[in-house]
Amino acid sequence: MKMPSIAAAGRKLVPLIGMIVVFGVLALITSFLGIPLLDRIVTVMFIMLIMVLGLQMFMGNSGLLSFAHVGFMGIGAYASAVFSIPVAAKAMALPDLYPALAGIEMGFLPAMMSGALIAAIFAAIVGYPLMRLSDTASAIASFALLVIVHVVLSQWSAVTNGPRTLFGLLKYTDLWTAVTWAIMILVVAFLFKESSLGMKLRASRDNVHAASAIGINVVKVRWLAFTISAFICGMSGALWAHFITSFQPGSFYMTQTFIVLTMLIVGGPRTVTGTAIGVLLVTIASEGLRAMENSFSLSGVLPFGTVGMTEILLAIVLIFMLALRPGGLIQTFELGAKRRNRAVVATSSDSELTREV
Amino acid sequence: MDGVLQFVLNSVSLGSVYSLFALGLIMVFGILKLVNFAYGELIMVAGYTWFVLQGSILPLVVVVIVAVLVAALTSVLTERVAFRPVRSNSINAMLITSFAVSTLLQNSALVIVSPRARAVDVPLFFYNNINLGGVQISMSNVVVIIVSAITLFGLLLLMQKTRLGITLRAAADDFRMLQLLGVRADNVIVSAFAISGVLAGIAGFLWISRIGSVSPTIGMAPLLIALIAIVVGGMNSLSGAIVGGFFLGTLTIALQLLLPQEMLAFRDAVIFAVVILVLVFRPQGIVKGRFATERIG
Repeated sequence: MKMPSIAAAGRKLVPLIGMIVVFGVLALITSFLGIPLLDRIVTVMFIMLIMVLGLQMFMGNSGLLSFAHVGFMGIGAYASAVFSIPVAAKAMALPDLYPALAGIEMGFLPAMMSGALIAAIFAAIVGYPLMRLSDTASAIASFALLVIVHVVLSQWSAVTNGPRTLFGLLKYTDLWTAVTWAIMILVVAFLFKESSLGMKLRASRDNVHAASAIGINVVKVRWLAFTISAFICGMSGALWAHFITSFQPGSFYMTQTFIVLTMLIVGGPRTVTGTAIGVLLVTIASEGLRAMENSFSLSGVLPFGTVGMTEILLAIVLIFMLALRPGGLIQTFELGAKRRNRAVVATSSDSELTREV
Repeated sequence: MDGVLQFVLNSVSLGSVYSLFALGLIMVFGILKLVNFAYGELIMVAGYTWFVLQGSILPLVVVVIVAVLVAALTSVLTERVAFRPVRSNSINAMLITSFAVSTLLQNSALVIVSPRARAVDVPLFFYNNINLGGVQISMSNVVVIIVSAITLFGLLLLMQKTRLGITLRAAADDFRMLQLLGVRADNVIVSAFAISGVLAGIAGFLWISRIGSVSPTIGMAPLLIALIAIVVGGMNSLSGAIVGGFFLGTLTIALQLLLPQEMLAFRDAVIFAVVILVLVFRPQGIVKGRFATERIG
């Protein structure tokens, strides 16, 4: 393969650097203002960004729909919690924990990495056969996987405290931890997309038969991407767990999946910049709506309850988006990439959510 | 002997409800290759209609018919508003749309009615037992079996004898050919959604009369059941859905009897693991239909 010129490589980096600057500034403003509510919203947004980027790396590049990734986030959250909760608190939070695990107490970073690793190992084991499937079968299988993870998380009382709330985590994650990791993952997602693995994966997305004909082992590249993205989703789960500090298995199920998918689809699953913008926009929209929801329910102007209004409006936005612009806001080319680049690749453009003819 | 008869009866009763769930889901899947995640919410809609109408003077039969019609109407409406615009897009776009529709309907119920479960008045005779040669049979089982048998028979007649049924079956096999013969795609798809809604309504009535209450999340379990049943039974034919439904019903009752209490909690995980195994090793399911992969737009 011909090495791209330095200038071309530089142009490819423009969107990445732009995104990093935007998020850096956002974090600076937030920490400068010091409003606790804003701080919380922005921190959660960055954690969601990691989660959605993890999903994008698999879904956007391979073109396979996955419902399972929120499950990996849950595994990362619970596994890291089991490793990081202080021994004394663990006896209270998880009284039935196996002795081998009860004595472990790790710092945040090792706990997070172990949590992410467990999510990735789980994904690697169950994922391999699933990567052979495509279209509907793969979507159903990933949905089944999400249900399985949820059932296990909410029934394995010894390790997860069952359907009840798990508490006792220390608050390790703050705004700057989240920003730092989010920017790192942003870079990783960019590099992944342009890496040889990412290109093989995108080739298999655009035409699976042509890809295998030129010697790409489609199952293998999908499987590697699935495992890597599960690792990142597990990481986001660990960060989230150590920010929220008490949570239950219900946090990693349908509602969360819906929000994550909305972020990805609205922004554009094929591009990293699109994904980031989707996370930003959906966070702004849903937090704005939630604030309105709260003020409505406090003032009592409306004759009915307002919990759920946010989801309703998000669902309507998502349906419109899929009908009118199924590839998302930023469809095929990264935001800020030079026009000239676009013209070169435009012939192969075919949005993943628009059907191939 | 009594135990065996009881087991068979329970299995048939549960299995027939499951079959109806699966049939409703496969009506749409057969034609659009779309797993309609909003399917469970049709059952919820039927349940809430029952809840709203139960105070009125209308007899139960009328209430149920209205509930079924409302479910069918909702189904048609979701097709018109949400699914038709994305039909020509990828399968992923359709799946996510149905997920969004499901969230939309579920949260609407949350806002308009209440997040808490609401009780419905199940008629008292449902709880009676009749004694048949020493075996206690609950009326609710009898009602379930009779209603499902009538519905299945009606569906069979519709699919085999009427023009609409023949069109629908042809559409599931080769939609493009059907279009070439001059059948309007929109009409066929709307009928499939309507039938799916009717089946959801009827099965929903039977399901809710077992539970006795209706809540915004009530559609989740039936959706999962239908999904498992069509995967295990076979996604390419209606008989696959029926076989899958009865298989799952029997399996559920059997596991309930056989599994120890602490394992029972993981029952769903085991069942879904079976789903994944079936998808990987026998993607066509128990009943192998005529193979049709083509999607239409």
